[in-house]
Amino acid sequence: MSDKQQVLYDVPGPKAVRRDKVYTVVFTLAFVGLIAGLVYGAAQRGIFDDRWNVLWAGDRGFTGLDVWRRLLWDGLVLGTLKAVAIAVPVVVVLALVLTIARQAPTRGVRWVAYGFTHVFRGIPVLLLMYFGVLALNLDPLWAVVLGLVVYNTAVVAEILRAGIAALPKGQKEAGLSIGLSPLATMLRIQLPQAVRIMMPALISQIVVLLKDTSLGFIIAYVELLTVTKNLYNFFGNTSIVPIVFASAVIYITVNMLVARLATAIEARLRRTSPVAAAEPEAVGAAGPH
Amino acid sequence: MSALIDNFDLFARAFGVTLWVSLASGILAFVWGLLLAAFRVSPVGPLRTFGAAYVNVVRNTPLTLMFVFLVSAAPSLLGLTVPLGQPMAILALTLYTATFVCEAIRSGINSVGVGQAEAARSVGLTFVQTLSHVVLPQAFRSVLPPMINVYIAHIKNSSVAAGFAVTELVAIANRLSNGNPGDVIGIFAGVGLGYLVITVPLSVTAERLEARVAVAR
Repeated sequence: MSDKQQVLYDVPGPKAVRRDKVYTVVFTLAFVGLIAGLVYGAAQRGIFDDRWNVLWAGDRGFTGLDVWRRLLWDGLVLGTLKAVAIAVPVVVVLALVLTIARQAPTRGVRWVAYGFTHVFRGIPVLLLMYFGVLALNLDPLWAVVLGLVVYNTAVVAEILRAGIAALPKGQKEAGLSIGLSPLATMLRIQLPQAVRIMMPALISQIVVLLKDTSLGFIIAYVELLTVTKNLYNFFGNTSIVPIVFASAVIYITVNMLVARLATAIEARLRRTSPVAAAEPEAVGAAGPH
Repeated sequence: MSALIDNFDLFARAFGVTLWVSLASGILAFVWGLLLAAFRVSPVGPLRTFGAAYVNVVRNTPLTLMFVFLVSAAPSLLGLTVPLGQPMAILALTLYTATFVCEAIRSGINSVGVGQAEAARSVGLTFVQTLSHVVLPQAFRSVLPPMINVYIAHIKNSSVAAGFAVTELVAIANRLSNGNPGDVIGIFAGVGLGYLVITVPLSVTAERLEARVAVAR
């Protein structure tokens, strides 16, 4: 990728090297200046006083450890990750069913599946969550799970459909010609390969799902963001910046770990599977062949 | 549905708010995202670093956290007090969606054949000219379908503003449901339809364009 980008500009000659050095210095100074300005302004408002103590020494009878336990255990694990852990397996099963239904020989089944994908990809997850709370009287947890499951099922089915479309046509034909039924061809030949090619996209979708759990904050589900708010309300105004900062660091770390997993799997696929190595461009454009 | 028809003026206004917030922040996000993409492919190191850092941090942060940050931490940390309501929603959505716009454009730039940029350079075009006259116009074609998907997500993301004092479609669904507990399903169906009217034409267009781009290759 990096050598591809370099094509946009010449391998710099002596003059360009000098010019780039000047730009580098100028922009570095500009950014350093900007950051220094922000830090100075923040310092004027007393951001760097002992308010950060709340994260390690604690406050009001809480130790620093208590604060982190609230954030990481009550918020991240028992809130955010719990919803993710319930939603993901359900999404996997339903998305497989929906993908199979979209290729079904019966037209009616195909249309229902097509309609489901388009309708639920186009509706906000938050609306589905509110629907769970207000119309179905679900607990906040189950309302969150409902929203996550319905939306992500539609999206994952769409990803798998693109994966199947990206397979060489001969795969399906070969399956059918050795006497497998269309369903068996789908289950044993097309889907396993589609899942494999689309693995990076599927894992990226987990990041989306993880971030969407934070909508639970709005419908009163206790997850990381709700815990964050409860904590800074409890500790008072000065604790807002440290606690929101800690919470952001947790979100970013978890999501980057998941994203890194996607990159690692992508690299491994490229090494081990000739099909996947040949296809990623086509998959990127989600183009049926 | 009857509660929705009785309060049609509220519903229409909320629909307008969803459209306005999405449109205003959508345009700003496009400008900021284009700039970030240019940063990320530029020859100047610090710009690349800034672009990459911004995109990676913001893309991995939930939009709700962005709102919470602007409400609670920004005033004391950055000295930036954004009025709650539409201005804050527009700012948060702009900052958030710009990262996805940037990545869509960047992958489009990467999809343009190496020879194109080489040809542009060899006739003596500068970096800016190569980008604006040769690479971006071609990248635009393969960028369009993923970009439409970014904007579909963007329009739906505008619903997060419901949690932060903006009376848009989801907020009105919530409010009317609390006033008319007997008609909750009708209200939600109507509001869902309000979103689908915007998003389904977009997603169908994206699908068509995708097929056309694939054939053109």
